[in-house]
Amino acid sequence: MLKDITLGQYFPGNTVIHRLDPRTKLLGLICYIVALFLAKSYYSYALMALVLVTLSVLSRIRPKTLLSGLKPLIFIVIFTGVINLFYGSGEPLVQFWIFKITANGIRTAVFMVLRIMLLVCGTFLLTYTTSPLQLTDGLEKLLAPLKVIRFPVHELAMMMSIALRFIPTLIEETDKIMSAQRARGASFDTGKLTERAKALVPLLVPLFVSAFRRADELATAMECRCYHAGIGRTRMKELHFAARDVVALALCAVLIAAVSVLRHYGL
Amino acid sequence: MSIIRVENLTHVYSQGTPFEKVAVDNISVEIGRGEILGIIGHTGSGKSTFIQHLNALLKPTSGRVFFDGKDIHASKETARDVRFQVGLVFQYPEYQLFEETVFKDIAFGPKNMGLSEAEIAERVHEAAGFADVPESLLEASPLELSGGQKRRVAIAGVIAMMPQVLILDEPTAGLDPVGRESILQKILDYRRETEGTILLISHSMDDVARLATRLLVFDKGRIAMDGTPAEIFDRAGELKAMGLTVPAATEIALALRRRGVDIPESIYTINYLRKQLVSLREGGGAC
Repeated sequence: MLKDITLGQYFPGNTVIHRLDPRTKLLGLICYIVALFLAKSYYSYALMALVLVTLSVLSRIRPKTLLSGLKPLIFIVIFTGVINLFYGSGEPLVQFWIFKITANGIRTAVFMVLRIMLLVCGTFLLTYTTSPLQLTDGLEKLLAPLKVIRFPVHELAMMMSIALRFIPTLIEETDKIMSAQRARGASFDTGKLTERAKALVPLLVPLFVSAFRRADELATAMECRCYHAGIGRTRMKELHFAARDVVALALCAVLIAAVSVLRHYGL
Repeated sequence: MSIIRVENLTHVYSQGTPFEKVAVDNISVEIGRGEILGIIGHTGSGKSTFIQHLNALLKPTSGRVFFDGKDIHASKETARDVRFQVGLVFQYPEYQLFEETVFKDIAFGPKNMGLSEAEIAERVHEAAGFADVPESLLEASPLELSGGQKRRVAIAGVIAMMPQVLILDEPTAGLDPVGRESILQKILDYRRETEGTILLISHSMDDVARLATRLLVFDKGRIAMDGTPAEIFDRAGELKAMGLTVPAATEIALALRRRGVDIPESIYTINYLRKQLVSLREGGGAC
C-alpha cells in the first residue's frame, strides 16, 4: 500500500520534454508559476491549461497519471474552493444564515482551485519527466552563483539527491518492519488514538536505527572513494543547453508576456 | 492430520496497475504436524509471499488457507490469533528490535497475547534458553549486542509466543559459520523438545539438506517439486535449470555414480560422503 505513493516518481522516456536540459525545465516551471499568479481571467487560465495539456501530450504522460498526483491534495483543493466561495464581495446571489455566495466569490473559488491544480500538475510534470539526478544537477548549476556568498550549493544538491534516492528504500523498510511487528501481534490500525500512537513505537524505533545505520554506511562508502564536496569535482554527464532549450525558454518568456498583456487589458 | 492446508492460493501484487505481478500462482499444499519443511527457490519465486499467507499477514487474491481446519480469514480475530499460532521470523529479524532491553523485546509478542506478567516472564526465560540468549544479556540494550546475538534475540521473540508452527525465512543469512551452525542446531533442539512444525526457507542447499524432512521447490510462483530431500536432490538437472544448486556433497556423489563408483544415492552432507568413500577404499571397492 505504501508503495503506491508517486512522490517524486520518474517515468523514463525519450520525448522532447524528457530531453530538455533540467535547468530549462526548472526555469520553465518557475515561469509557469509566475504566469499562473499573474493570470486573472478565464482567458488566461484557459491559456495556462492549454499549455499544460500540450506539455503532457508532448511528454506522453497520460492525463490520468498526472491527475492521480492530485489525490493526496484533494482535501486542500476542496477546502480552498469552499473558503473562497464564501468570501467574495459584492451582491450576494444566495444568502443563508451568515453565509453568502456572490458572483465574485464563485469566480475566485474557481480560479483558486484551478491555480492549485495547475500548479501541482505542472510541478509533477517536471518530476515525471526529469530523473532526480538530473534535477539536482540542474538545481546545483542554477544556484551556482550563490557560491559567491558561500552558500553551500553543492552540499545542498547532494543532500537532496540522497534524500530522494532513499525515499523508496525507507518505504520498503517501513513495510518490512510493520509486517515483522504484526507477526508478533502488533496492530497499527485498531484502537484509540493514544493506543495507535503508542503502537508506532515498535515501528519508528527500528526505522530510525536503520536510517542512521544506512547514513553511516553511506558516509563511509563515500569517504572510501575520496569524496569531498564541490571543489575540483568533474562530471560524467555535463549539462549543455541545446537549440531546443533556447526555443523553450523563449516560449516561456512569450507565455509570461501574453499573460501580462491579458492582465493589462483586464481580460 | 495436516496442521496447515492451502487451497488454490493466488496472490497478485498491485493488481490493475502497470506494475501488476503474480507472485503466487494457484498453490495447493498440505503441511503435516511435526514436519520440518524446507522451502527452496530462486529470488522472486514467491516463497516469501507464500509464507506471509500462512499467518494471515497477506490476504490471498484468491484461494484459502486453513489452520487446524479453520479458515484463517474467517474473521479479524482468527487472523490475529493465527499469528500467535504460526510464528514467523523474517529475514534479517535483528532490524526489528526496538525495546530498551532484550527482556522487553522478547516479551513484546507474549504481551500482545494478553498474558499475565508472571507468564510473560516465564516465557521470556524459556524462549531465551531455547535461542541460546544468556540470562546476563536480558537486561542489556538490544543495540549493544553482536549480529548473531541480535538474531537469536529476535528468534526468541517469536518463540516466546510458543507457536505451533515456526517459520524461519533465511535464518542463517549473513552469519559466520559458527553463528550459522549454532542457529541450525538450536532449530533442531527446539524441534526435538516441542515437537512443533517448522518451515525453513533457505538459499543454502546444505542447510535444508541437513534439517528438512520434506522439501518444496518454488519456481515462478508455483510449487515445482514436492518430496523428500532424497527425491528432490536426485533431480539435480531440473534444479539447475531453475537456477538452483544441489548440496556440494550430492554434486560429487552424483558425478562419482555416473562414473560407476558404487556409493548410495542419498548423500547430502560432506561428512557422510567422506565416510562412504573411506569405507569403499578400505573395502577394496571400485576406486
